[in-house]
Amino acid sequence: MAQPLLRAIDVHKRFGATEVLKGIDLEVQQGEVVAIIGASGSGKTTFLRCINLLEEFHQGEIQVDGERIGYTEGTHRRLGETAISAQRAKIGMVFQSYNLFPHMTAEQNVTLGLIKVQKRPKAEAVETARRWLDRVGLSERRGHYPYQLSGGQQQRVAIARAVAMEPKLVLFDEVTSALDPELVAEVLAVMQDLAKSGMTMLVVSHEMLFVREVATRVVFMEGGRIAEQGPPDALLVNPKSERLATFLGRFHGVFR
Amino acid sequence: MTYQFNFDVIFRSFDKMLAGLWLGLWLAALSLAIGTVIGLLAAYGRQSRLAPLRAVVWTYVEIIRNCPILLLIFFVYFGLPELGIFFLGKIESFVITLSIYAGAYLCEVFRAGLASMPARYVEAAKAIGLRPVQRQVHVVLPVMFRITLPALSNNLISLFKDTSLAAAIAIPELTFVTRQINANTFRVMESWLTASALYLVTCYAIAWLLRRVERRYAVIR
Ligand SMILES: Nc1ncnc2c1ncn2[C@@H]1O[C@H](COP(=O)(O)OP(=O)(O)OP(=O)(O)O)[C@@H](O)[C@H]1O
Ligand SMILES: [Mg+2]
Repeated sequence: MAQPLLRAIDVHKRFGATEVLKGIDLEVQQGEVVAIIGASGSGKTTFLRCINLLEEFHQGEIQVDGERIGYTEGTHRRLGETAISAQRAKIGMVFQSYNLFPHMTAEQNVTLGLIKVQKRPKAEAVETARRWLDRVGLSERRGHYPYQLSGGQQQRVAIARAVAMEPKLVLFDEVTSALDPELVAEVLAVMQDLAKSGMTMLVVSHEMLFVREVATRVVFMEGGRIAEQGPPDALLVNPKSERLATFLGRFHGVFR
Repeated sequence: MTYQFNFDVIFRSFDKMLAGLWLGLWLAALSLAIGTVIGLLAAYGRQSRLAPLRAVVWTYVEIIRNCPILLLIFFVYFGLPELGIFFLGKIESFVITLSIYAGAYLCEVFRAGLASMPARYVEAAKAIGLRPVQRQVHVVLPVMFRITLPALSNNLISLFKDTSLAAAIAIPELTFVTRQINANTFRVMESWLTASALYLVTCYAIAWLLRRVERRYAVIR
């Protein structure tokens, strides 16, 4: 098999005395869409944030495209801010609460990273931003500020902002959880479109139908560990462990 | 005894009063601009990891905020030459004082603005790969200025009113000019009423303008 795009090896993370990641091992191949499911507090968000270096971790190693992320070899000392920023630029992240820059239009939200991080000429950045805003169905809204957009529209801008930088890997953390139910579908449709285009995605989600349809693999986290993983049909319909069965029981009706 | 109002003499000197008003506006605007820079540096200083730097900034803010401003004006204008600093003219001396004064108040404004900055904006800035200084320049500061705009407006109006203290060191702003007209014409009521009206109208005009600016730039509604 080819070198995995993401490789996490025995990642441990503590908040104070409580260990919330207790040794995560995960490999994600180029083009895979891996869904992470699990109960609240199982460490899904924390794991994503470690990959993007928004959280520090204390032990283990994360590689993206063969490059060790965040820490020096051997001694596990944190890299300098410039190096860390450069690594983050290759990983996209979409947050539950969109986190658009409130003082910038949709288009400016997308171009900021292209211009300041990737040093692309302004005209080219604007063109790229427009292409992506068009792709997420917001070409009419590119001059709008976040407060002028619905939650679903804001989240689509946030997705455009992340993917416009052509990251190797995009992390999605419950990106539809803050949305009104009628706005969920438009965001999921955008994500499905990206998945089809071959983007490598790591998606934390409680949208089981979406997970089943779009994910190439499902990872079930439980108490800071990966408890079970496999193809969606097998895992979601015939869970091996009692715990996963119980967890899935909450989404009853979906998998019959 | 009934006072006979006669505004003629005042209107003959009205251009001088307007010039004084204009000078006051300039003094306030300049002090706000320099004070903003001082206030920003001080606000970052207050957040610094270096304890001595934090202490220096804290001392500066406490001293300035607990001293009457007139005393500061006299101290800089009359006191500094005693220490061998002669090169300051009246206006420079006053602007420096008012800037240092504004800086202490703005430090607190900016500190509160930075403290109330939602972490999610910084995280989004990190996530797209902006470096620390870029995050401050492109995200934190622009958002912080918009959050603190109402407080900045209030400060500008206060500073404008405080420029009347420049009369104490004979800078020809509105209050000083009015006192001169008063002394030359003995029209006490007319001169001070006119000056008050000018201050009032100007303050209202600034407030009205800045409210429009605030509405234009409000980001979190
Ligand atoms: N900043 C923090 N400080 C202390 N503890 C934290 C912090 N962030 C998360 N935790 C704890 O770490 C554990 C894992 O949290 P995490 O947010 O990763 O869970 P999650 O699987 O994403 O849950 P949810 O489905 O509710 O989003 C929880 O017990 C949480 O209380
Ligand atoms: Mg979470």
